[in-house]
Amino acid sequence: MLYSDKVLEHFANPHNVGEIENADGVGEVGNAKCGDIMKMYLKIQDGVIMDAKFKTFGCGAAIATSSMATDMIKGASIEDALKISNKAVVEALDGLPASKIHCSVLAEQAVKSALADYYRKNGVDPTPIVGEIGECDACHVH
Amino acid sequence: MKRFVYADNAATTQISDEVFSAMEYWLKEGYGNPSSIYAKGRDAGHAIEDARKSVAAALGAQPAEIFFVGCGSEADNWAIKGTAHKLAAKGKKHIITTTFEHHAVLHTCAALEKEGFEITYLPVDEKGLITAQQVADAIRPDTALVTIMYANNEIGTIQPIPEIGKICREKGVWFHTDAVQAVGNVPINVVEQKIDMLSMSGHKIHAPKGVGVLYIKKGIVLPNLIDGGGQERGRRAGTENVASIVGLGRAIEIACSNLPEKNERVRAMRDRIIDALLEIPMARLNGDREHRLAGNINISFPGVEGEALLLSLDLQGICASSGSACTSGSLDPSHVLLAIGLSHEVAHGSLRISINDWTTDEDTDHIIASVPPIIEKLRSMSPMWEHIMKGELVLA
Repeated sequence: MLYSDKVLEHFANPHNVGEIENADGVGEVGNAKCGDIMKMYLKIQDGVIMDAKFKTFGCGAAIATSSMATDMIKGASIEDALKISNKAVVEALDGLPASKIHCSVLAEQAVKSALADYYRKNGVDPTPIVGEIGECDACHVH
Repeated sequence: MKRFVYADNAATTQISDEVFSAMEYWLKEGYGNPSSIYAKGRDAGHAIEDARKSVAAALGAQPAEIFFVGCGSEADNWAIKGTAHKLAAKGKKHIITTTFEHHAVLHTCAALEKEGFEITYLPVDEKGLITAQQVADAIRPDTALVTIMYANNEIGTIQPIPEIGKICREKGVWFHTDAVQAVGNVPINVVEQKIDMLSMSGHKIHAPKGVGVLYIKKGIVLPNLIDGGGQERGRRAGTENVASIVGLGRAIEIACSNLPEKNERVRAMRDRIIDALLEIPMARLNGDREHRLAGNINISFPGVEGEALLLSLDLQGICASSGSACTSGSLDPSHVLLAIGLSHEVAHGSLRISINDWTTDEDTDHIIASVPPIIEKLRSMSPMWEHIMKGELVLA
């Protein structure tokens, strides 16, 4: 597996690992059968993501994309965070092998899932804002 | 300085100094074509025949029964497809194999299924073993071939090859074994063990990549694998890879000498690693502990994903392997681990460490010291481990 130095760097020393107590939004995507689970915790204040942490069960790419995605959304407004696509995460990591692109999709979905949880906790229907969060395509094969 | 430990000898091995020096002359000065009439050609031809004798001696075969090929997969393909196509004319279109063979066998069988052959895939038990009785029960009047691996490449389990050979011989069915992982690790004698065809590869025993052997018992004539010149008695044409063949000849001599002493030392290191790693919570050994290659360790650590584990080990200078989906290059984890009944969840967290007589006690110490903190770190950041600990995920 030809990983970029950036991916290996984020794998070896992932940023933002852990949990946030009393998080404003928590989202979990993926499943153990597929070999990837990402759980994301967000602290949100005045529409801005003040802090983001993650726990991930998965391969090197899954851990690196979690690390990069949490870096990218920290300090961003919810609107901006929702605009961060999996492609942006891949680019920030200097690319991913084709078979690992689904990991970046999972990272994007983990962020959206945590934001959806935040909206639900505040009595707002998240679907019009966050959109549908489907299972990742790679898992549909099972 | 970071310690480097190569613990993936079931994947490939380093060319040994002795093998390299045996090869060197044939890579450069000894460039004659073995088919040529002059001394430079004849010398190369003699070198090949010497290597053939070494291989034959190591396997208990006759030199005329040894055919050099390009790799273990080629040997498997030739034995299985060759037998199938040869015996189909006699109405024998049934082949018996197991669910946990190497892909060189499984995919060859799948290709034959598309041609109309019928394949019986014998299930292996949860320890990764089959019995000779299973083979006996599966043999039919139209069975052309039984092909069962000698030792499994992932979990290292050694099959009852002599018993299977005996049954096949009694029933008059040809018996092929993929012995790529076994040669140099298990005592093999094709006569005593009643093996009709055997595949092996050079690069698993410190010879170079790109050379293998198919042993074909005298009396069995398979269709030619490559038509062309008269090389390998016309069965597998193409100018010989002289240096690599010489390397394989030297390598098998070394690999098969002092086998009991070597195995005893390797087994002691293996057992030390297994015992240490099984102390990690919820770790489980995959494959039978007794009927197992001296150098194979395969352990699952639920809550951890195999590729992340391998990358972490790489950061500690340790080369190993895993059966997780991410490392198998597909969405499913290893077919071997699924065949012995592991769930996908547990199979994703498997680690294969394959040591050999090059491995030192210091290497063993480094492996034992490195794995537990890596598992702990990966589990501390794993939502799957969290689910297991909270009882939300119960593993089969």
